[in-house]
Amino acid sequence: MANLTTDFVGIKSPNPFWLASAPPTDKEYNVRRAFEAGWGGVVWKTLGEAGPPIVNVNGPRYGAIWGADRRLLGLNNIELITDRPLDVNLREIKAVKRDYPDRAMVVSLMVPCVEEAWKAILPLVEETGADGVELNFGCPHGMSERGMGSAVGQVPEYIEMVTRWVKQNTRMPCIVKLTPNITDIRKPAMAAHAGGADAVSLINTINSITSVDLDLFAPEPTIDGKGAHGGYCGPAVKPIALNMVAEIARTPEMADLPISGIGGVTTWKDAAEFMALGAGNVQVCTAAMTYGFKIVQEMISGLSQYMDEKGMTSTSELVRKAVPNVSDWQHLNLNYVTKARIDQDLCISCGRCFAACEDTSHQAIVMSEDRVFTVKDDECVACNLCVNVCPVEGCITMERLEVGAIDERTGRPVAAEHGDWTSHPNNPAVAQAAE
Amino acid sequence: MDARALKEGIVSGRLDPDALSAGFADLHGQLSNHEALVAADRCYFCHDAPCVTACPTDIDIPLFIRQIATGTPEAAAKTILTQNIMGGMCARVCPTETLCEEVCVREVAEGEPVQIGRLQRYATDTLMAQGVHPFSRAAPTGKRIAIVGAGPAGLACAHRLAMHGHDVLVFDARPKAGGLNEYGIAAYKSTEDFAAREVDWLLQIGGIEIRNGIALGRDMTMSELQSDYDAVFLGMGLGGVNALTAPGADKEGVLDAVGFIADLRQCTDLSSLPVGRDVVVIGGGMTAVDAAVQSKLLGALNVTIVYRRGRDRMNASVWEQELAAAKGVRIITNASPVAVHGNGAVREIEFEFTDDDLTPTGQTFRLAADQVFKAIGQTLTGDDLPDLDGRKIAVTGPGRTSVKGVWAGGDCAAGGEDLTVTAVAEGRDAAEDIHVALMRA
Ligand SMILES: Cc1cc2nc3c(=O)[nH]c(=O)nc-3n(C[C@H](O)[C@H](O)[C@H](O)COP(=O)(O)OP(=O)(O)OC[C@H]3O[C@@H](n4cnc5c(N)ncnc54)[C@H](O)[C@@H]3O)c2cc1C
Ligand SMILES: Cc1cc2nc3c(=O)[nH]c(=O)nc-3n(C[C@H](O)[C@H](O)[C@H](O)COP(=O)(O)O)c2cc1C
Ligand code: SF4
Ligand code: SF4
Ligand code: SF4
Repeated sequence: MANLTTDFVGIKSPNPFWLASAPPTDKEYNVRRAFEAGWGGVVWKTLGEAGPPIVNVNGPRYGAIWGADRRLLGLNNIELITDRPLDVNLREIKAVKRDYPDRAMVVSLMVPCVEEAWKAILPLVEETGADGVELNFGCPHGMSERGMGSAVGQVPEYIEMVTRWVKQNTRMPCIVKLTPNITDIRKPAMAAHAGGADAVSLINTINSITSVDLDLFAPEPTIDGKGAHGGYCGPAVKPIALNMVAEIARTPEMADLPISGIGGVTTWKDAAEFMALGAGNVQVCTAAMTYGFKIVQEMISGLSQYMDEKGMTSTSELVRKAVPNVSDWQHLNLNYVTKARIDQDLCISCGRCFAACEDTSHQAIVMSEDRVFTVKDDECVACNLCVNVCPVEGCITMERLEVGAIDERTGRPVAAEHGDWTSHPNNPAVAQAAE
Repeated sequence: MDARALKEGIVSGRLDPDALSAGFADLHGQLSNHEALVAADRCYFCHDAPCVTACPTDIDIPLFIRQIATGTPEAAAKTILTQNIMGGMCARVCPTETLCEEVCVREVAEGEPVQIGRLQRYATDTLMAQGVHPFSRAAPTGKRIAIVGAGPAGLACAHRLAMHGHDVLVFDARPKAGGLNEYGIAAYKSTEDFAAREVDWLLQIGGIEIRNGIALGRDMTMSELQSDYDAVFLGMGLGGVNALTAPGADKEGVLDAVGFIADLRQCTDLSSLPVGRDVVVIGGGMTAVDAAVQSKLLGALNVTIVYRRGRDRMNASVWEQELAAAKGVRIITNASPVAVHGNGAVREIEFEFTDDDLTPTGQTFRLAADQVFKAIGQTLTGDDLPDLDGRKIAVTGPGRTSVKGVWAGGDCAAGGEDLTVTAVAEGRDAAEDIHVALMRA
């Protein structure tokens, strides 16, 4: 079986699956049970400064959206950072780390934007024996109104400044957790890098309203007739998170900046995808909150099987493996021509591909009187819509036309060489250069 | 009507080969990839799942189904086989309707369980088709263990012991290994020689030698085994059958159901296997249903199961009863055989209706019968065995018998239902206990 041991910024863990800073890591009881279940590490629920504890709402704090069969796809929350006293959390962190020395124990922090506050808390964390700190610059609600969380995370200069303070005041590795509630994720990542961060982790939750109560006319979760925007997470946010991770990973200046991938990781596959796009490990919150700690067993078995099948012996072989293939549109090969193919043995004749293509796309699917569905190569632009709406996995596939074959839609033979927009005659820039 | 079908007596070739092979085809078939994904998607990944508790081998069902859902049926198979090395056979023969699927939260809520058995088969078949055996042996311990009986109990015990590094010798009286997997299970549950293929696959672990044709009590004694080996496991099942006491029970055509089924399982050309036109099966368990259904599939015209108590007391599950009914088998309950009539060979069998407490009602009826199968229970046979509890070997905890160094499990041991999966669980648990005992010594 493949070795899943991971070294992330010098922090070793038996596997790359960490629990993200959130309720699953808010207390000793949870974290011990998580470690027993097999999690490789945790980022402890964000600690604030000493003093009167944070208060949370006492009504519902989560909203959700569901897929078929009420499978939870997206979760939204209005919870704040830990509402338990600082000394209690620190004592528990120390006890757990002592009993599980082989697991990663990172402590998430969010204190006011003054150096004194960071100077005060860092030695207390160091004293617990924790392996590192994560700076929570991401929380989109409740804390940002107080000048913390995403209020800092949205201003690259602040990120750089706070990161520098932290690096100057502790020997512990420092991971900067980024908020996705910005326009260009590379800016805050660069700032963290410039401030000396050992790594970035992303994403934190996305500003969102999941639903509106149409009787109360208030956003959900509704508290006494009112609602506030919350942070969105779970499977629904994975595509956004993957893109942000990839954007950082493929920026040359940050090629050596380790990334902890977060956002919708639910299965081994999600984790492998994050890692291939540049994440050195992954963090999980919603999946554990939906299914319990046991899901890590599937992540472990699945990732090891995949790595075995790929002949990979260490997770480092997987990390960044897809980064070189993340490109920009103008570099995609326009001479790569495919056509949709319907496997008639798998087809159940539902007609969804037909409806999609006929009504909204290119009228490239024909339906016979006895409900046989076939693709018209002279109309098919290979958009992939039919593949995505077909209820049967693998029923419609995209088949590449061989070099020299005639694309019936254009009447032109498929060219052997790569040809993209940068050299395309329709590109005004190309036309200009030719003049 | 076809003359062959109407022909009286016990004759072969009642059906043409196509009808035979259609009848004896795989009962449930294998799920396609798409079906497996859809079925797996229904599982809620329950906490402390009731299905796991209901599985005698404690397979982690939510985990293996999630592994299927995430595209790793091989990992799913390993989850299954770690607990139940005969997960492939159990997926085919377990009465899931009274085990895992009966308590699945979706059965309870919607009357439609997650298809645990078929998903289990999907996973294990995938792995076995790749020829992969995902377990290996620990360093050799030098200990030697004798196992009597190469049925599910004996083989599960052997595999676990071999995994722990012990050397295992399995003795079996019959010419082939597998026990009732090979000689008993209905043909449409174990198609394409699955029982034998599973044994071959299981033996890939190494360290297990099977000696067929060697019977305890005939070719060797308990005391020889005890002195020649570090431990002994008895998994010899139930070799005898209960006798039918009604007058005339010795007439020609009155047979043991298990013998008929064994012949059927070993038969390579079903059109050569004779069966009666009017078949009566006496009993109410799985054996009765299997004998009746397979008689019907061989072409018997009238097949009737007669059971002495009420339907709710039948050991065959409601699902099995419905299967029999669907194949055209009639089930009569609350009737006991009182006489077998006929001149040399059976012609009729006479029953008396009974109350639920078996009190005779005085009312009798007769059924035409040219073949009668007795399926009224099997019994343990053998001398010099450890102490019995009732009619089976008494065991405490993980199969410890009254004799030091001798363990027992499966049908021959008291406690637990007589099922393949229970036999596997008991064999496995005894192996763990033997391992602990030997390594301590
Ligand atoms: C007709 C029939 C149908 C069944 N259908 C199902 C079903 O669908 N699902 C299910 O879960 N269960 C079913 N069962 C029950 C199931 O087959 C048994 O519970 C299971 O096989 C018990 O396993 P075992 O290893 O204890 O014994 P067996 O499978 O009986 O194996 C015992 C082995 O010991 C050997 N042996 C016996 N005596 C000696 C001796 N003196 N020396 C050496 N070897 C000896 C035998 O040859 C045999 O190979 C069925 C049983 C029957 C009879
Ligand atoms: C209820 C809840 C509370 C959270 N609290 C914190 C927090 O205190 N600190 C933090 O850095 N992130 C917090 N998060 C964000 C998660 O750590 C994580 O970044 C986000 O949920 C995306 O991952 P997921 O899709 O696996 O849930 C919280 C998330 C949830 C659902
Ligand atoms: S999950 Fe637990 S704490 Fe939350 S509302 Fe339900 S019962 Fe209360
Ligand atoms: S959507 Fe898929 S299953 Fe439905 S008709 Fe089209 S190809 Fe067939
Ligand atoms: S009880 Fe049913 S839904 Fe729940 S884990 Fe078991 S199979 Fe899945």
